[in-house]
Amino acid sequence: MRRVAEWATTAALAFVVFLVLSSFTGKWGVWASDELLAGAVIALLVGLATGRFAWSRGGWRLLQPHRWVLFLVYLVGPFLYAMAKANLDVAWRVITGRINPGIVRFNPGLRTDFGRTFLANSITLTPGTLTVDVDDGSGDFYVHWINVKDPSPTADEVCGPFPRWARRVAE
Amino acid sequence: MNGLIYAFLAIGTAFNALGAVALIRFPDVYTRIHGATKCTTFGSIFSILAVAVHGIVQGGAAGGTMAVRALLALVFLLLTNPTGSHALARGAHRAGIKPFRAVVDRLEEAGHRSPVTRHGSKETQ
Repeated sequence: MRRVAEWATTAALAFVVFLVLSSFTGKWGVWASDELLAGAVIALLVGLATGRFAWSRGGWRLLQPHRWVLFLVYLVGPFLYAMAKANLDVAWRVITGRINPGIVRFNPGLRTDFGRTFLANSITLTPGTLTVDVDDGSGDFYVHWINVKDPSPTADEVCGPFPRWARRVAE
Repeated sequence: MNGLIYAFLAIGTAFNALGAVALIRFPDVYTRIHGATKCTTFGSIFSILAVAVHGIVQGGAAGGTMAVRALLALVFLLLTNPTGSHALARGAHRAGIKPFRAVVDRLEEAGHRSPVTRHGSKETQ
């Protein structure tokens, strides 16, 4: 029963993404019937192939709608601001060549795979910080930092408000 | 609206150019990943936004398709880019490439403890 639920939700989500991709293909802004058929078949295959990986180990939290709202707030608010600021900083470093690199370790205290993936991707998308490895057991992050201010930093020094948002959205 | 499109394109091109310069100026693989994957992502976001705005302005089925697909490409870019650059950096470190002029390398001190050597693929140990 659980297997079927996993397959069904994964297939449904894949189908929704396909609906977005193939919108405006019909005559009046709706979907053409052959597109819908192809999408349904592909979504079913994707669901059968990946359903058992998608929601295990904390991934089911993705299905709670309030997390989507929080995620959108995070994306257009603190994340975009941090990304723009870091981009200008790295752009200045590209021009002047002033770098002080190193790989630092810190522990943001996240427990689920989903939360760690969320934080690691946020860190890597921000220029100047790059997640090289995450320890599965202890949850330590190893981050390549282009301007090391402190060899043993706290999570806040490296990535600002990201760990708090990762906890809010993903845990 | 045309002004907005040109502004987005200008910002996008400027950051993509900076990413290309970073590839030449930075000394090793990790710092080059910083310049060449992040600056180009930021640049590509603005280029894609320019395409989306152009599609919305054009209107109709063709414009709508253009805008929706451009935004979907943006979503997939934001999802796959960090995964790819993380894989490059981790692969480089596991291959034994030291960060150039590194102040500190905690991963080296930890002896490459990584998820792969922890569970599965015993033959690599």
